[in-house]
Amino acid sequence: MTDLLIVGGRLIDPANGLDAQLDVLLRDGRVSAVGKSLSASDSVRYDATGCIVTPGFVDLHAHLREPGFEQKGTIATETLAALRGGFTTICAMPNTVPAPDSAPVVAALLERIARDARVRVFAIGAVTRGRDGKALASLSEAAEAGCVAFSDDGSPVADGQLMRNALALLGALGLPLSEHSDDPVLNAGGVMNEGRVSERLGLPGQPAAAEVAAIARNLALAEATGGRLHVAHITTARGLELVAEAKARGLHVTCEVTPSHLFLTEDAVFGSGPEAAYDTNAKINPPLRTEADRLALIRGINDGIIDAIATDHAPHAREDKLCEFDHAAPGIACFETAAGTLLTQVARGELDLGRVVAALTVGPARAWKLDARVAGLGTLSPGAPGDIVILDPARRWTVDTATFATKGKNTPLQGSELLGGVRAVITGGVLRHELEVAHG
Amino acid sequence: MLDVQERPAAGAVEAPAWHRKDLLDTDVLSRAEVELVMETADAMLEVRSRPVGKVATLRGATVVTLFYEQSTRTRASFEVAAKAMGADVVNLTASGSSVEKGESLIDTVRTLEAIGADLLVMRHGKSGAPYLAARHTKAGVINGGDGTHAHPTQALLDLYTMRRHLGGLEGKRVVIVGDVLHSRVARSNIWTLLTAGADVTLCGPATLLPRTLASAGGEHGRVTLTANLDEAMADADVVMALRIQKERQATGLIPSLREYINVYQVNAARAAKAKPGALIMHPGPMNEGIEIAPDIAHGVDSVIEEQVANGVAVRMAVLYLMATARTK
Repeated sequence: MTDLLIVGGRLIDPANGLDAQLDVLLRDGRVSAVGKSLSASDSVRYDATGCIVTPGFVDLHAHLREPGFEQKGTIATETLAALRGGFTTICAMPNTVPAPDSAPVVAALLERIARDARVRVFAIGAVTRGRDGKALASLSEAAEAGCVAFSDDGSPVADGQLMRNALALLGALGLPLSEHSDDPVLNAGGVMNEGRVSERLGLPGQPAAAEVAAIARNLALAEATGGRLHVAHITTARGLELVAEAKARGLHVTCEVTPSHLFLTEDAVFGSGPEAAYDTNAKINPPLRTEADRLALIRGINDGIIDAIATDHAPHAREDKLCEFDHAAPGIACFETAAGTLLTQVARGELDLGRVVAALTVGPARAWKLDARVAGLGTLSPGAPGDIVILDPARRWTVDTATFATKGKNTPLQGSELLGGVRAVITGGVLRHELEVAHG
Repeated sequence: MLDVQERPAAGAVEAPAWHRKDLLDTDVLSRAEVELVMETADAMLEVRSRPVGKVATLRGATVVTLFYEQSTRTRASFEVAAKAMGADVVNLTASGSSVEKGESLIDTVRTLEAIGADLLVMRHGKSGAPYLAARHTKAGVINGGDGTHAHPTQALLDLYTMRRHLGGLEGKRVVIVGDVLHSRVARSNIWTLLTAGADVTLCGPATLLPRTLASAGGEHGRVTLTANLDEAMADADVVMALRIQKERQATGLIPSLREYINVYQVNAARAAKAKPGALIMHPGPMNEGIEIAPDIAHGVDSVIEEQVANGVAVRMAVLYLMATARTK
């Protein structure tokens, strides 16, 4: 295998406190060295001048749709989209049919992944059998089969006793429970954030209080059991305060935010104008919230309280969104826009670049101790996987779903102008994706 | 193709400046557009007062009423309005059509366009459904009520009725009482009333008030919210009671209908707190004895039946303006 030497870029490796013009040498599929003006004989040079060089992104929350929903996406299509978005390690949510709730189903899923995946994929197991919220799945067996975390994905574990038991059992295994923290009763029928826009459009609302109350319950149960709670896609300012307070008290709690909730608000449901209202592509669960919430989430990244930026990439078929707002499936396909929106927000001065890179790399790797499974994951330490993202912060581009690798063309960002994006992606020391742009 | 052969009451309507393909809500209507509808409705009311009460203005046009929800007065009103101008009218309901077989809304409106529908009057249980339909058909779409969102022709006929009694609405106080949160009538009324310069007071149980609409006031009128009906009634020029759905009790939004009646029924004692002669309105269908007392619903200040009659003229105006815009 030929060595790959990436030169001239601004290298950001938060795990090692690096943010400087440094070269990185990949040898035998791993990081061999990071330093000034490296040279290596018989190596391929990649000129990253003007670009940002970071560890490959680690995503704790993605939907690959296979098995069960191949019309929305497959392991092959969605992991290609992940690759093109810079996500070289992703964790697949268990809302598949069948749900990975036992060792044989997990094993079969991992077989498919080994065959088709273009990036490293970890499986998240279901907390309850069939994700029905009624009886616990075979947690330790699924863990043994390879699940790195557990979640019922979009179905919150509503039963407090079941949640308590799951946190206790998984805590003993040292595994996180990633919970969509929502109160299904308070949210009943809701299709968007409850507030100014829902009252204007006459749409049933999902109150912020439903998330805040569920986070409070889950934190109390995590504290009582010693479990490891991961708050999936946090969206509310108050919910984030509760997480920050729990962290300050030393609880095993981590959290993630999506690029969509950092970039957009409930106003996206209005679409591009009065006649374009009820944009089903802006329907997502948990919903896009208020500007005050968005600003709080941005602060959560900039002060390091939020551990990870996770995509919640959720591809849907065209007909899943081409219908009445109430009937539309929730979710945004965002593997291929995440880096673009985040860098746009860096350019606007909203987000701190170093913190963003940390939340895309070492943050998630450590939150779920994935670096104990793959040494150096999310870093450019010697021996770490040769997974690298090369970002072009000066690239101006327009989101065009026709160019997406994902089957899901569902994004409210279609036609948006973004500043900054992925230029090239390397996994295992090999250049796997490069944007076709004129160099020099 | 649609051929507008006869302008009603020639001279009464000068050069219509209507350019909208669809009428989905009142929130986008300018003061001039609302005025145009009102003036055109005057001409239509005059037509309706003639012995025959019909013109051939929309001869050759096909108006389809597509109702996914039950309705008596709105559908009948549109049908009478369209026929009074010579249009061909096709009535479709969700039951008894391919909608029941799972045909999607978009397929349905495209099919109707293909068979020659010029205007689609649509009622749907989901907020925003007419917006989806309008984006996928060249036919003009008139929202005949969508979910808990909007009911623009009801708001226009309500405004028309108020103007006939009060003249202008500038500085007038309109109280809307009841389940405002789930009311498409209330929402669309807010926008026309604000545009006309009225102040709107929304009154009802705290669970049924859309709190954020308090900031909806614009350059002309303002919106205030209160749970206290006696307070709301003071100095009111118009009192509009909304239908209360019995399900609201089952879902816990109100403790009981009895309690609702005690606190929010528009009755004689409460009406007495409004300005003398204040108009009593209701969009129908009424639950007499629940949100409104029968003696008030049929009393001297009630214009509830007049609302229904004016509804035909206003819908004729809307159909006429939209059909005319299509021929340009």
